[in-house]
Order: sequence, then C-alpha cells, then structure tokens
Amino acid sequence: MSNVMLDVRELTTKYVTRFQEDVYAVDHVSLKVEEGKSLGIAGESGCGKSTLALSLMGYYFPPLHYMSGDIIIDGKNISGMKPDDVRKSVLGKEIAYIPQAAMNALNPTQKIIHFIEDVLKAHDLYLTKADIHKRAQTLFENLGLPAEVLQKYPVELSGGMKQRTVIAVSVLLFPKVLIADEPSSALDVTSQKMVIKMLRQLMEVGFISSMIFITHELPLLYNVVDDIMVMYAGQIVEKGTSDEVVFDPIHPYAKGLMGSIIVPEEGLRDVKLTAIPGVPPNLKKPPTGCRFAERCKYVRPECRVNPIPMREIGNGRAYRCLIPEHELREIYAREAQPHGR
Amino acid sequence: MAANRTICLSTSGLTKVFGLGRNKTVAVDHADLTLYEGEVVSIVGESGSGKTTLAKMLLGLINQTEGDVFFQGKKRDISSQQKKQEYWRNIQAIFQDPFSSYNIFRKIDAVLLDCIHMRGGRGLPQAKKVELMAEACSFVNLKFEELTNKYPFELSGGQMQRLMIARIFLLKPKILVADEPTSMIDACSRATILDELMKLRNEIGMTIIFITHDIGLAYYVSDTVYIMEHGKIVESGSADEVILRPRQPYTKRLISDVPKIYEEWDLSTV
Amino acid sequence: MNHTLRQVFRSGKFVVGFSIFTTILLTVLIYPLIIPDSPLAIIGQGTFFPPGIYVNVYDSIEAPHYTLNLDAAIEKRIASKLNDEDRLAMKEWLIAAGLSESEIDTTDTVQLLDQWVNHYDPAKPIPGLTNAKRNYFIRLNNALEGLLSTEGVSLAVKNPETGALEEVGVIEQSAYANINQVASVRVLPLGTDNFGRDVLTELVTATRVSLQIGFVAGIVATMIGLTLGLLAGYVGGLVDDIIMFVTNLFIVIPGFVLLILISFSLGQEQRGAVTVAVVIGLTSWVWTAKAVRAQVVSLRNRDHVNLSKLSGHSVGRIILVDILPYIASYVVMALILQISSAILAEAGLSILGLGPRTTEVPTLGLMMNWAMIYQAQILGKWWAYLPVLITIALIAFSMNLMNTGLDQVFNPTLRD
Repeated sequence: MSNVMLDVRELTTKYVTRFQEDVYAVDHVSLKVEEGKSLGIAGESGCGKSTLALSLMGYYFPPLHYMSGDIIIDGKNISGMKPDDVRKSVLGKEIAYIPQAAMNALNPTQKIIHFIEDVLKAHDLYLTKADIHKRAQTLFENLGLPAEVLQKYPVELSGGMKQRTVIAVSVLLFPKVLIADEPSSALDVTSQKMVIKMLRQLMEVGFISSMIFITHELPLLYNVVDDIMVMYAGQIVEKGTSDEVVFDPIHPYAKGLMGSIIVPEEGLRDVKLTAIPGVPPNLKKPPTGCRFAERCKYVRPECRVNPIPMREIGNGRAYRCLIPEHELREIYAREAQPHGR
Repeated sequence: MAANRTICLSTSGLTKVFGLGRNKTVAVDHADLTLYEGEVVSIVGESGSGKTTLAKMLLGLINQTEGDVFFQGKKRDISSQQKKQEYWRNIQAIFQDPFSSYNIFRKIDAVLLDCIHMRGGRGLPQAKKVELMAEACSFVNLKFEELTNKYPFELSGGQMQRLMIARIFLLKPKILVADEPTSMIDACSRATILDELMKLRNEIGMTIIFITHDIGLAYYVSDTVYIMEHGKIVESGSADEVILRPRQPYTKRLISDVPKIYEEWDLSTV
Repeated sequence: MNHTLRQVFRSGKFVVGFSIFTTILLTVLIYPLIIPDSPLAIIGQGTFFPPGIYVNVYDSIEAPHYTLNLDAAIEKRIASKLNDEDRLAMKEWLIAAGLSESEIDTTDTVQLLDQWVNHYDPAKPIPGLTNAKRNYFIRLNNALEGLLSTEGVSLAVKNPETGALEEVGVIEQSAYANINQVASVRVLPLGTDNFGRDVLTELVTATRVSLQIGFVAGIVATMIGLTLGLLAGYVGGLVDDIIMFVTNLFIVIPGFVLLILISFSLGQEQRGAVTVAVVIGLTSWVWTAKAVRAQVVSLRNRDHVNLSKLSGHSVGRIILVDILPYIASYVVMALILQISSAILAEAGLSILGLGPRTTEVPTLGLMMNWAMIYQAQILGKWWAYLPVLITIALIAFSMNLMNTGLDQVFNPTLRD
C-alpha cells in the first residue's frame, strides 16, 4: 500500500516575536507518510518539532505564520486555506492533533460524554444523543478503555486515563493523520506504556491511517514508529527507518544523539555516553552554512559557506551533510572504542 | 573504583508524615538505608514515591517525624543553626531545575563566593578568591573569565548545572545528593554532567546519592540501587541485581514498563 | 535594573498615570512659589463667591476711562437685566395684545424691546390678567425704560463739612476702564468657599497635605505589612500563628470603624496631620501582610533558598537577599495602592469631622466637609466641592493606573 497520506513539501513557517523579529522555526521541511505507516520526529528542545506539528495542521494564528510550502493530505492540498475553513473541514476529520499534556484540554466541569457530544455535534449537527453514546461506547471498548469513564468528570480520572481519553476522542472522526506531540512525557512509566500501546492499536485496527509521533525520548520512539526523522535547528538532518537511524546513524548530530541514549539493558553500564558541547544556534539569525557546524567534530571550511542540501542515498535514507557516507562511517569506526566507567 | 566499605550515612526507620487525621499522608515510611563512602547510590521511584522527601530529610532541610539518621556512625544532631551549618560542610545538593537554583538578582560569581566564604575563605585576598573560582570552573570545562559578572539568565541550562557542580568542587562535601540533575538537560549535554560528577567522586571520594525516576540513568551510573514505592523501600541491591534480576513484583513491573531498544519491549503487560 | 526601568516606561498605562501624578505633584510644589498667599486667609466677606475675576470697583473709578462705542454693549446690558422669565412674560403679553407668535423672537433682545416699546400699553385690557400680573408688567416696563435711557450715572462725594452730596463727575454708559490699569484686581478661578477663602490656593495646599498624609500612612502600612508578612511567611510555626492571629483580629474589625474610634478618642487637640497619617497606617496594613505572607510561603521552598541554607546563610540574610527581591515589585505596587487608599481614608475621616485639626491646614477631606456642612451642593455652589472631588479622583486614578501598568510589566501574562 503506497498511498501517500501526508505529503509535505518544503514547508516553512515562522514566529514573529514582540519586537517584530522573525524566527524561522521550521525551515523547508519535507516529509512523506504512507498509509499504514508511522513516522517519528526526534530532536531536542528548541529544534522546532512542536512547531512542525502545529504547522502540519494548517491552523495558523499569530505569532505563528505560514511562509511557503505545501501540505497535501490524501491528495488534498490544505496549505493556504483560511483558518476557518481549516477548522471546519480539516481539523479532526483529516488531521487530528494531540498536544503535549493534552489531558488539560478536558473541561473540569464537564463529564467526558458531554465533551464527546460537543465534538461530534460540531461536525455533524444531526446526530442524536443515542447515536453519540453508542459511538463513544464502541470506540472506548475497541480501545480497551472502561465505559464507566464516559460518565466521569476529569478530576476523577488519573493522568494516564485522561491522556488516553483525549487520544480516543481525537480519533472519533477517523482522521487520516494523527499527530501526537509528546503524548506521554507527563506520565509515569506505566501510563506511558498504556498510551503507547493504545497508539499502536489505533494503527493496527485502522482508526487512523497514519501517525506522526514527536518526542525527544528515543527508546520510546523506536518502539512505536516505522520511520524516524531527526530534526535540528528547524531542519531535518537525517531520515530512515527506526532501525537504521537508531543503530546506524550517519549525520554527526544523529550519531551524537543516539550515543546519548541510556537504557537499563545488559551491558550498557560499560558504554561511554557521547556528549555534544555547545548549544543550538539562534533561529533569529541562523548561520548561512550548516547549522550544526559550530558543534560538529568533523567540521570543514566548506561546511559554513552554503546551505547544505539533503543527501539521498536510496531507500528513503537521507542525511544533511557534505561529507560522503563512506567517509563518515570510516571516522566512526576508528573512534569506536569501548570505555570503562 | 571499588567502594570503601566504611559506612558514611545510614538511616533507621526514617519516617515523614504530613498532615493530621484523615488528611494524613505518609510520605516516607520507615526507610532504612546504608550508604558507604565513595559509593554511587540511586534512589529510584515514580512521582509521589517519597524520594524527594527522603532526600530533603537526608539533607536536613526537613525534620523527620520518626527515626534516626546516622552520620559516620554517630546519631546526627541538627538541633541548632550552628550544628546544621557543621553538618552542611559534609553534605550538599544539586537540584533538578538549574534555573531555579540561582537567585536571579545576583551575579553567578556570588554563588561561588558563598562557597569560598563557607570554607572559611572570607579573609582571603581577592586574587586568591578569583583563582579558586577559576579552578572550580575549569574543572567543569567552563571559562571563569567568560562567566564572571553575568546574571543567571545569560547562561544556558547546561552551563548553570555545571556551575552547580563547580560549587560542589569548591565545597568538597563527603556526600552529594543529586535530585534529578539531568532531567531538565538536553540529551547531548547529559553525558558531560554525569562525567563531571563521576570525576568529582573519583577525586575526593565523595558519596553520590542520585534521586531519579529514570531507571536507565540509575542503571548506568550507580553501584547500588534502592527502589521506592509509596514511601517504602521495596528493593535494594547492586545495580545489576536490582535491574537485570529484579525480585519484587513492583520492581519487575517498573523495569518492564521502560522502553527498551536491544530487547523486545513487551506491551502486553498493561 | 535598567532593563526593568525601560520596560516600565514602555507601559502605556504607567506612563499616563505617571504623567497625571507628576503634573499634580509639580503643581502642588510650584504653585505656592508663584502665589505665596496663606491658604487659610479669609479674603472674602461672605460665603461662596463665584469664580471669576474680581475688579475693585473703587479703583476702576479712579483708573483712566476710555470711551468705547460697542454695538452690542447696550444689548448686553439690557440682556443681563432681562432674564428668560421676563422675556417669556413679555412674549405672552404681546401675543395677548394681538401680535402673531411667529413675529416674536425672545432671543432677539433688540427686536423684542422694539416690539414691547411700540405696543405696551398699561391700560390695555388683557383677558385673564390678574392684578398682580398687571403690576408686574408695569414694574417691568419702568425698569426697561430706565435701561433704555442713555444717561450716565452721577458720581457724588460727601462734603465733610456740610454733609451734602456734591457732584464730582459723571460716569458715562460708554466709559470703559482697562483692567490692567485698575489698581487691585484679584483672579479667583474657583471663587471662595463658605469662609471666604480662595478655593484654588486652598485646594493646592490641601492636595499637598493630603498627599503627605497619604505617603506617610502608605509607608507606615506597607512597612508593617511587609515586616509581619515576611516573618510570618518565612519563619512559620508559632511566630506565624501569632501574627496571623493579630492579623485576623484586624480583619474582623472593620478598618474604617476602627479608624473612626481611634480618631475620636484621640480628641481634637491631638489630631495633627501626621498623627492622622500614622493612625491610618496602623489600621490598613492587614491585606499587605496577608499578601506578602502568601508570596513568601510560596518562595521559601524554592531551590535557591534551600541552596542558601545549605551554604550556611542565616535566616535574616536569606530573607533579605533571597526572598525580598523576589517580592519587591509586589511591594512597590502594594505601596502605591496603600497611598491611594490612605488619601481616600483621610478624606472620609475629614468629611466626618474626625480628620486633622481644622485650624492648621486644609486637607481635601476637610474642604469636602466644609462644603457639605455649609450646603454648597444644595445652593448650587459647585466650585466649593467639584474641584476637590476631581482632584481626589485624579490622584486615586493616576496611582491605580500606574499600579496596573507596573502589574503588566512584572507579570507578563497580563500584557495586552
């Protein structure tokens, strides 16, 4: 099935600060997600991944502004649509978005079922209450959520349950793409596992056709998505399948990032964690050449001159660096030595 | 480095209860710990497990409801301000949020100067003080000339946390309580902070107590691990034992709930 | 610090409030230098002289006279004598006498007079005209005839020996004097009050005194509230309990009632301006104390405070260095509000007659008090109370505006 659900081409969006400065948080980002597949976006704080999530929805309001690029959902180009049209026809139906700490979206004075009624009525005025109740119950059963939750107030539910409820409600209209921005970072590990399980279920059962999962936690990402993109300073720096990116990264930043993963697994007490000195560049005045040049161990003079294009090396694998792949791999092989603690 | 088997800090039946009657919460429930000199210990628990309260009691910032703390074999006495100050020569802390660890109205030099004064250096000539501060900064790979006279908001999170480590370098306590020292730091800077803490431990034989919810971190960095649930210590032992071969059901569940990348992560347990 | 100041002055609300307040302040400070008269000097014999320029009539006789022939002069003279009632009455009579209504325009004095002179006949029978009314019209006509004459007025001086009046000159109707050549002229922009005092001078001094009272009371209240709040919030335990007990006592007893009781028991003799200020300060610190305490309680568990403790700093030092700067912006705002409410409290006290002694200095409240007692509002003597009201309102308004502006600066979530 290679029907492309989400096709993003050279998307650029910016923030305008109080002092009228432009911050290009998302800079010519392109990505494709096929039907039945999920894409993970990894990166650290400030890299632009949350902005990317907001931008993908097509729903812009100050200080976030759309600059250029296309967002095509199942063949329909939604970039450039007016916010009202986006709200009515795209949000919830084509694309659903779960922000970080989405559980706070629940109105504390409303029962969950009333929240669901609101959502469904906003899209289809002719549904009866009975219909809505039936739909809600079916959905919750299918996703392994107890039906009693529907009659409860948010304050009576745990954090994990609230998060899963919000995720369930967001797929009520069977959107084609689900964008989840750190859906589990505010939860304890057990609730986190439940959320992840639910997201995987949504894909398997077919409630959603594709998913974009955004987080800074790589072990989590690895267990949820098929493909991973690494973002740095508003740009994509590496693309590939989860296995490829996590176990065989090419871009120096991706290599450093994967080298800093800590998991409680056998043998990992003896591995030396990598650290990358410095801080990400200021996006108000991004550097002209490679944005990672300041912190890169392998930087060369030509890196700082021109913008670096993505280098495709086949099978959907790509990375943004001037140094050819085989050279990078040689360097990594030379440096790889087991270190004691 | 093999840990010396001298007991540095230990507790017996340490308990903290907040509130009265029906609103009573037992934050820490009869905790027994034994910490050796030079050891790296992690106290692992989810939020609400009482680990932060336990840490504050060890530090002497909160008074215990029941139980005793023993420092170097003797019962700890922090009944007066002076006794507290003596105790704090031996135990210090690093907190989770580097931003809130600083007084935003004072320059960062003040933090280091306070340490020099605490170690009795108030009368030293200015040049000597600057030398000490520069030495502490270079220990954590920061340049004092670049940071002097700056305010906290001009530094990055990683720099601020490393400055906190420089502070510990100046104070040279016997015990360091590190409360989630890397959870608010970027992944790429985490290794630097952990390395610097280990360097300190190696140089001055300091005992480090990590308070964390991150089992991976606990496994990577500690000799001994304590697992806390609802105020009680449910399991303890060497890192390998507790994390690779857990015995208690809570520990087993906790470890299985953490995403893995080398092993299969079994989602069917929830 | 610089950064904060710049931000503060960027706030529109703060700038507006600050400008109004500084204008008032500057007026209060500069006015007495220009006009050094004593505010309580009684210059008017009689009550409530209306605002205006007061020209000494005697001096204007002595001053050089100029003859001006102005068209409107006669009309103005007559118009000032004929009020609306009279005009309507004249119109009625003329209609009854047979003129059509459309021809008569009561606003056109010349034409009206013309018509009156041509048609008025005291003997003409008008149906429904009472005797009283007929006499009224005769008087009116006589008065008008006097007006229409162009005779001047004779000036006579009493002969000291004979006691008889000797004519020394005539003042023509077209004689004008230049106000700059009249020896004694007094501008009273706001007239006089019931005692005969120049309201404007009195107002400026009263504003100064009220501001002083406000500042003293505000500072007293803020200092007490700050100290108690800091101690209660940081030290906690028994100290907190005691301070909160006292605070709650003060909350339960209505502040204003307490103020009245204390003022009353002090007695007239003791109540100077400063005393009243201190009393106001002593009764209004309560909400500052509570607010400061709440802030301090939330601050005392912060990491930097814990680190200070671990660095061996004493309680006093931690409060001054680690807690106070964090609540400084809040305290500044509290001070502004305290000053503003102290000024209003003093006004309230004085209106009730429990303010500072009336013989020393005027205050805004005292001026209101006098105006009320002497029924200025009933008599329509607006200048005795309206300017005072506006001043009180402006002071309170400008201070609150500054406060809102500062709030926006220090609390970014409130910015619009």
